[in-house]
Amino acid sequence: MADAQFGAAGALPRADLDDVELYHPHSWLTKYVFSQDAKIIAVQYSCTALAIGLVALVLSWLVRLQLGFPGVASFIGPKEYYQFITMHGMIMVIYLLTALFLGGFGNYLIPLMLGARDMVFPYVNMLSYWIYLLAVLVLVASFFVPGGPTGAGWTLYPPQAILAGTPGQEWGIVLMLVSLILFIIGFTMGGVNYVVTVLQARAPGMTLMRMPLTIWGIFTATVLALLAFPALFVGAVMMLLDRLLGTSFFMPAIVEAGQRLAYGGGSPILFQHLFWFFGHPEVYIVALPAFGIVSDLISTHARKNIFGYRMMVWAIVAIGALSFVVWAHHMYVSGMNPYFGFFFATTTLVIAIPTAIKVYNWVLTLWRGDIHLTLPMLFALAFIVTFLNGGLTGLFLGNVVVDVPLSDTLFVVAHFHMVMGVAPILVIFGGLYHWYPKVTGRMLDERLGQLHFWATFLGAYAIFFPMHYLGLMGVPRRYFDIEGLGFVTPSVATLNAFISIVAFLVGAAQIVFLVNLARSRTHGAPAGGNPWRATTLEWQTPETPPAHGNWGRTLPVVYRWPYDYSVPGADRDFVPQNQPGLTRAEAGAAS
Amino acid sequence: MTGLTLRSSRPPEADPGRWRRLSDDWSAERQTFRGASWRKAMMWIFLLSDTFVFGCFLLAYMTVRMSTTVPWPNPSEVFALEIGGRQLPLILIAIMTFVLISSSGTMAMAVAFGYRRDRTRTALLMLATAILGATFVGMQAFEWTKLIHEGVRPWGNPWGADQFGSTFFMITGFHGTHVSIGVIVLLVIARKVWRGDFDHGQRGFFTSQPGRYENVEIAGLYWHFVDLVWVFIFALFYLW
Repeated sequence: MADAQFGAAGALPRADLDDVELYHPHSWLTKYVFSQDAKIIAVQYSCTALAIGLVALVLSWLVRLQLGFPGVASFIGPKEYYQFITMHGMIMVIYLLTALFLGGFGNYLIPLMLGARDMVFPYVNMLSYWIYLLAVLVLVASFFVPGGPTGAGWTLYPPQAILAGTPGQEWGIVLMLVSLILFIIGFTMGGVNYVVTVLQARAPGMTLMRMPLTIWGIFTATVLALLAFPALFVGAVMMLLDRLLGTSFFMPAIVEAGQRLAYGGGSPILFQHLFWFFGHPEVYIVALPAFGIVSDLISTHARKNIFGYRMMVWAIVAIGALSFVVWAHHMYVSGMNPYFGFFFATTTLVIAIPTAIKVYNWVLTLWRGDIHLTLPMLFALAFIVTFLNGGLTGLFLGNVVVDVPLSDTLFVVAHFHMVMGVAPILVIFGGLYHWYPKVTGRMLDERLGQLHFWATFLGAYAIFFPMHYLGLMGVPRRYFDIEGLGFVTPSVATLNAFISIVAFLVGAAQIVFLVNLARSRTHGAPAGGNPWRATTLEWQTPETPPAHGNWGRTLPVVYRWPYDYSVPGADRDFVPQNQPGLTRAEAGAAS
Repeated sequence: MTGLTLRSSRPPEADPGRWRRLSDDWSAERQTFRGASWRKAMMWIFLLSDTFVFGCFLLAYMTVRMSTTVPWPNPSEVFALEIGGRQLPLILIAIMTFVLISSSGTMAMAVAFGYRRDRTRTALLMLATAILGATFVGMQAFEWTKLIHEGVRPWGNPWGADQFGSTFFMITGFHGTHVSIGVIVLLVIARKVWRGDFDHGQRGFFTSQPGRYENVEIAGLYWHFVDLVWVFIFALFYLW
């Protein structure tokens, strides 16, 4: 057990924290709809994110349909294709992954894992969800406006994003930008809550170095988001002005169909800098909560303490800090001073060090552990290999000389889908299988879960592994149709068809998962309060699902770090964080 | 609560030194920032995020100013007023800056009187701050009107680079919105002070949080921040 040195701080009288006021709902509406309870907000966030994620899933099917079987679907033209890839990318990165990790897992786990009764400012937390919902609705609305949603590519690069010829130039791009601005406003409301709850509202005894790594991941990711989203906000505002008021922030002088447009003197590269100053930390906004959650899943399901807890914490913090100085590695082909390329390549490769520390520590946690191949553990293991795989191709793309020929090929698509698409999604699934019993009081169905896991894991490899080869052969990304390109061999079509068929099957497996989520809520096996025999506080609540206020009459008191599994001398193979002694008998005597 | 395994390693009277105190704060239980309530901490975190918003706006402005190929209009001439037959460069901006900085002074006094629970003086000083803030916004509206009459538009102006009007309206507009929101917040809180809400912890209508005099200080943090941002806008937009 790692009891840290606390110095004088631990001996100081505890500051009175009872100023965190709990809002008590009076009606059905304020209890379940306009709820200020973080647990309900978490479920609202998660359901909305999964619903919009289903849209993104269908869009990916349509994209794969076109790529695997060009011309089969007559309703997919180049215009629709670009709209589908744009919306698929944007929904997955922002509206699903960010919202689900921070709004969903963050809201549910931060108060419960820290022993707080709720977020510190529940009202603003509630507003956060409703503004997020509004952002999602504005985004969905763009499917129904004249011209359809924007097809500018998920990076929305100007000048093409707002010029005629790009699908959705009329309304789609405007709604996209407005939706992003709303999302950022809503996120900021939630984000300040997550950060301040972690800093100021922990249970007695819960020092920062006793927090579960899940909380460290979510906390650091939220700090990143609060500092990175402003860049996207500013970029979106400026592009909106370019589109609606005719300013030229990002627009150079342009001739269109023989006519010189009114634009002139702006800098398209400026948008790329703003976008990627947000875009790269965004990768870690998604990855850090995944790192944290996977650490807890591995430790719990291998019945062993996490290896190198402090190093894990510092690695999270270091990755978070480094993620702000690597953004231009997305812009090697945009034209930049070679010295900058050298700088950004170096910082990018330096990130491999803390990341490798994490991977080694996960593996060393598993080493000689009592590994239970439960569903959360399967997903956690799948995450480690997938993330490792995606991380290694990141080393290729981080180097300027290797990146330049690989830019805009399917190799890049395969890389980022592995590292920030598939890997975090696997953790989301693992997390949902792990915490669903706490949220609903029932277990998810094991057989459906096994089907879901193997289909998703093997399927994701069958999709994205061959895609690396396609990229190395020079198959470009974002092309509606590659037929007739002289440098692409005909055999590529076969592999594309194979990838598409697997993608349809993997998508169908996600439907199985949604059915499981819905069905187990009423038909699942009763879980009890602590089905995984875990140590962290959320499993020690007096009621399952936890009641309003989480802890009944008194807050829990924390006596130990969250990884006391298989401690010699303890009467169980886990010692909850709020248990004073190693055995329950001792604990009873002490209290 | 006595079963905690937290022990001091040193006698408490020895001064641990600055770094040790910092480390103690960060590794402490319950609250990381002692003596700061979650409300104050939350405002600071929000302001940090907002700093990045303004930082991005100003960096974007500097970038387009450098990247545009057309000469930039001379701010000393554009922002000059003719008073008594003489062109006075930046005179309006100087007055606006003076007004806004003065409002920070009245705000600081309001915070001090708030902690002394002097309801009348606190409310009056907050009101004075709000009036100074509203004056600032009014003068900004005058400046906008004058420039629009002279032909400055977000998409162009008579003197040079189009981006001059774009960045001017965007940045001062965004800052002016911040000041306007601040004025509204100040008036709402001044009213609460005047009514004595903070003397007996009257709960907020929306938030249901009990009111405290600390809210005056938190509003003040926001106000000072908006002032500070103006100093940067002043230096980078008007003086450059």
